[in-house]
Amino acid sequence: MQYPPDVRIIQVPCTGKVDIIHLLQAFEAGADGVFVAGCLEGDCHFMEGNLFAKKRVRRVKEILDKVGLTGGRIEMFNLSAGMGGRFAEIVKEMDERVRALGPSPIRASKGAAPRPTREVTA
Amino acid sequence: MIRAVPKPLEEIIQYVNDYDKLLIAGCDGCVTVCEAGGLKEVKILGSALRLHFAQANKPVVIDETSLTRQCDKEYLAQLRDSIDNYDAVVSLACGCGIQFLADMYDTKLVFPGVNTSFMGVTEERGVYSERCQGCGTCILAETGGVCPIARCSKRMLNGPCGGSDKGKCEVSPEMPCGWQLIYERLKTLGQLDRFEKPVDPKDWTSSRDGGIRKIVREDLRI
Repeated sequence: MQYPPDVRIIQVPCTGKVDIIHLLQAFEAGADGVFVAGCLEGDCHFMEGNLFAKKRVRRVKEILDKVGLTGGRIEMFNLSAGMGGRFAEIVKEMDERVRALGPSPIRASKGAAPRPTREVTA
Repeated sequence: MIRAVPKPLEEIIQYVNDYDKLLIAGCDGCVTVCEAGGLKEVKILGSALRLHFAQANKPVVIDETSLTRQCDKEYLAQLRDSIDNYDAVVSLACGCGIQFLADMYDTKLVFPGVNTSFMGVTEERGVYSERCQGCGTCILAETGGVCPIARCSKRMLNGPCGGSDKGKCEVSPEMPCGWQLIYERLKTLGQLDRFEKPVDPKDWTSSRDGGIRKIVREDLRI
């Protein structure tokens, strides 16, 4: 099984743990693209985690479109732990898609978007 | 509780596009419960705005905070030492909180980050519906606990009207007829005789017809 090397895997217990802010922060940190690989629909060990993730990915797509980054830079895929071949295909597909979109304008402009300069405590 | 929905991102971008130092201020009260203006939404908006400005190659300071409530001075006062660091504040509180923030810091630009919608309940997560219009004179005791002011499209006191069809309101086939609900509830309670006595005209001066409302409770004042 081979797939393009420029993908960084972040493991989570379930895609239901992936929140909107995590996905946005990946783009703030300069990611060119992000995909969420959840279990097959109906097969979530935690019942609905992958369905929650699907909705969150959809929301992030909308946000990316509105801030000028293109919603195509993020996608949700569903596959089981036994589908290694499909995983490789997905990485290749996302790699091609993101290359077609070009480097993230965030990374291209300054490495990464600035984080809050300080916490305002309430 | 007060229900609100996030404003479209493009509208907020339009408000803040010309400024360099922004504070996004959430509220931990009602708007947190309906997931429109709590700390989580503050962080999402902050991140989205940072992405917007970064890809436009404009350095903008965007800080994030959330106050326990923006409708109480004690909590708004917590911004006193830091608010001058910002050109503008995007408040994700309800309309009350946004105005109180603008009242307290009257030289500061304050922009709304949510559209405040109504006083309502959570039917299920993400589904909220109106239950009270704050008319100032509650008549729920007469109507089986179902409010005709909030739940009848015409705010009729002696309904239903001719637009009620199979339990639905003529405004929309999905909208329950408030008076049908009142009828069913009174029937369940065995109080259908209440339909035999018409309700007197309502005094609307306690509602918006009496102008801007204010409560003064001398027993509570310090």
